[in-house]
Amino acid sequence: MKLHEHQAKTIFADAGIPVPDSRLATTVEEALDAVDEIGYPAAIKAQVHVGGRGKAGGIKIATDRDEAEQYAEEILGMDLKGYTVDQVLVEAGVDFVDELYVGVTMDRGEGEPVLMVSTEGGVDIEEVASENPDAIAREHVDPAFGLHPYQARKVVYEAGVDADVALDVASILSTLYDLYEDSDASEIEVNPVMITSDRDVIAADAVMNIDEDALFRQPDLAELAEESYEDDLERKAGEYGFDYVRLSGNVGIIGNGAGLVMTTLDLVDYYGGKPANFLDIGGGAKAERVTKALDMVFSDPNVDSVVFNIFGGITRGDEVAKGINEALAEFDEIPKPVVVRLAGTNAEEGMEILNTDLIEVEETLEAAVQRAVKNAEEVTQ
Amino acid sequence: MSIFVDDDTRVVVQGITGGEGKFHAGQMIEYGTNVVAGAVPGKGGQEVDGVPVYDTVDEAVEAENADASVIFVPPAFAGDAIFEALDTDLDLAVAITEGIPTQDMAKVNKRLSETDTRLLGPNCPGIITPGEAKLGILPGNIFSEGNVGLVSRSGTLTYQVVDNLTERGIGQTTAIGIGGDPIIGTSFIDALEAFEADNETDAVVMCGEIGGEDEEQAAKFIGEHMDTPVTGFIAGRTAPPGKRMGHAGAIVSGSGTGTAQSKIDALNNAGVPVGDTPEEVADHVEDFL
Repeated sequence: MKLHEHQAKTIFADAGIPVPDSRLATTVEEALDAVDEIGYPAAIKAQVHVGGRGKAGGIKIATDRDEAEQYAEEILGMDLKGYTVDQVLVEAGVDFVDELYVGVTMDRGEGEPVLMVSTEGGVDIEEVASENPDAIAREHVDPAFGLHPYQARKVVYEAGVDADVALDVASILSTLYDLYEDSDASEIEVNPVMITSDRDVIAADAVMNIDEDALFRQPDLAELAEESYEDDLERKAGEYGFDYVRLSGNVGIIGNGAGLVMTTLDLVDYYGGKPANFLDIGGGAKAERVTKALDMVFSDPNVDSVVFNIFGGITRGDEVAKGINEALAEFDEIPKPVVVRLAGTNAEEGMEILNTDLIEVEETLEAAVQRAVKNAEEVTQ
Repeated sequence: MSIFVDDDTRVVVQGITGGEGKFHAGQMIEYGTNVVAGAVPGKGGQEVDGVPVYDTVDEAVEAENADASVIFVPPAFAGDAIFEALDTDLDLAVAITEGIPTQDMAKVNKRLSETDTRLLGPNCPGIITPGEAKLGILPGNIFSEGNVGLVSRSGTLTYQVVDNLTERGIGQTTAIGIGGDPIIGTSFIDALEAFEADNETDAVVMCGEIGGEDEEQAAKFIGEHMDTPVTGFIAGRTAPPGKRMGHAGAIVSGSGTGTAQSKIDALNNAGVPVGDTPEEVADHVEDFL
């Protein structure tokens, strides 16, 4: 779960990390009120979950009121890599002489958190990591003990941060680790940390991603998560409790189990179609969940055809089929062609029960996907 | 032969009085697994389907000689339950629970490195040695005895591949779900190493997915250490970067590590054929045998 920059910065500021003065704005008027208070230069920053906002035109520095108005107008409502910008952060420009990268993340391979510091801040850190990995200093933290303060200092010195600001940077890093632990973050990074000509250290950007599996014990962050959905269908999936990811194709996909649903997406692509979504309805297939899943996929305007693939394990295929029939009965009409394939326990019995007046049935995964791809092609022709 | 579990395995079910725990304990018993005890704090002295329940895993092991546990405990308490299993020195702990906070698993992982217990999962369907024992939620009736080993990060994908194999009359020595979380106990390499050492396993199927670098490391291991033929499948070729595809661990990072292509290339370079479809995986297995 990704927080917006402004949400993360509020959390940083509360924890004592220096951040630039800023205001959130949803209209050009609000943005202008904000710059009037903050002064110039001021950064106008799109608040969307997209990396590389600056390059994509989502961050502009205004030096006077006319520019501020122009940039606010440009950025508010703009499409940034598929996301509509509906709020901007207006922030005091920082007169910096140096930029650093500072972050905390989980090293999956080691199963331990790792601190990362680089003097090559302000640029895409992933590029630094692949082109010049030695430019990033790393320090693993034993999750059982937590961070020893010396570790933050060690990695900052190792990265070659200027001696006069090193302890301030280490202090920020140490606070970031505390936040990482206390808020069940999966990743926190500040890129860049800016060093001013007065040798002040300021967190000029903020990325904070929270482990979705820990939201049950992070009620405040769970509320922020609510506010940070950027897609109505993804919001709906959250309400229904589905694992859902929206893609750009036109073949809707419903299935059970992450690996099998991913495989179904891959097969749609393999047979020349384009998947519209990933939707895992989880174990079993009770009528109510099937209805909700179909409702989600039908309400995606991009979807032209649907493939529904369930592997009945412990849940028997005939029970799944009953659930699907009941769910179909909820709809006055089936707006898009649906191909169903059942496998596993009692699959044959299930296939016989399915109401083939409303849906098409295939015996194998491969055949079901091919038919759904063909159905989508026929709609688009 | 088989790996990790057989008909001598004595199982304690942690969380046996909960809905999932009770149901699946029943299914395991029906399959023929020696479920000898349950462990649930505050429920000691009760019985579930004739299985005695103890307050702690320690008591269950003491009284019933259990050597393995299956964990059906809600995510908020599952980290603690795994610690309890590890601290009781069981041979095997199978954590079915999905949704354990990653930082809890980091702490578990640390302890795991200090014990001799094998952890399977979390967020896995468990393990089955057809005809002998199943620990977990796998549907026993789709498996059959045979000579193919299976190891997978996904439950339903495993079932799909098993289904494709069954149609051709091919059975399994042992099938293992290692789990879809970013931090897990038993890795692909651990399972592959055990299959390599097992005389009855004549071929192995490994089903990987996007995220992390376990498949790449497994490919290296296969190339360097395995004589038993392996075929693979990798799910998530069409997954966009930065999106979690159901499993917490199934995510391609922004920088493009953990992609399906990188895993497929690594496996191909190690001489492992990767199927484009589950059907093709079964074709490869048939060729091996």
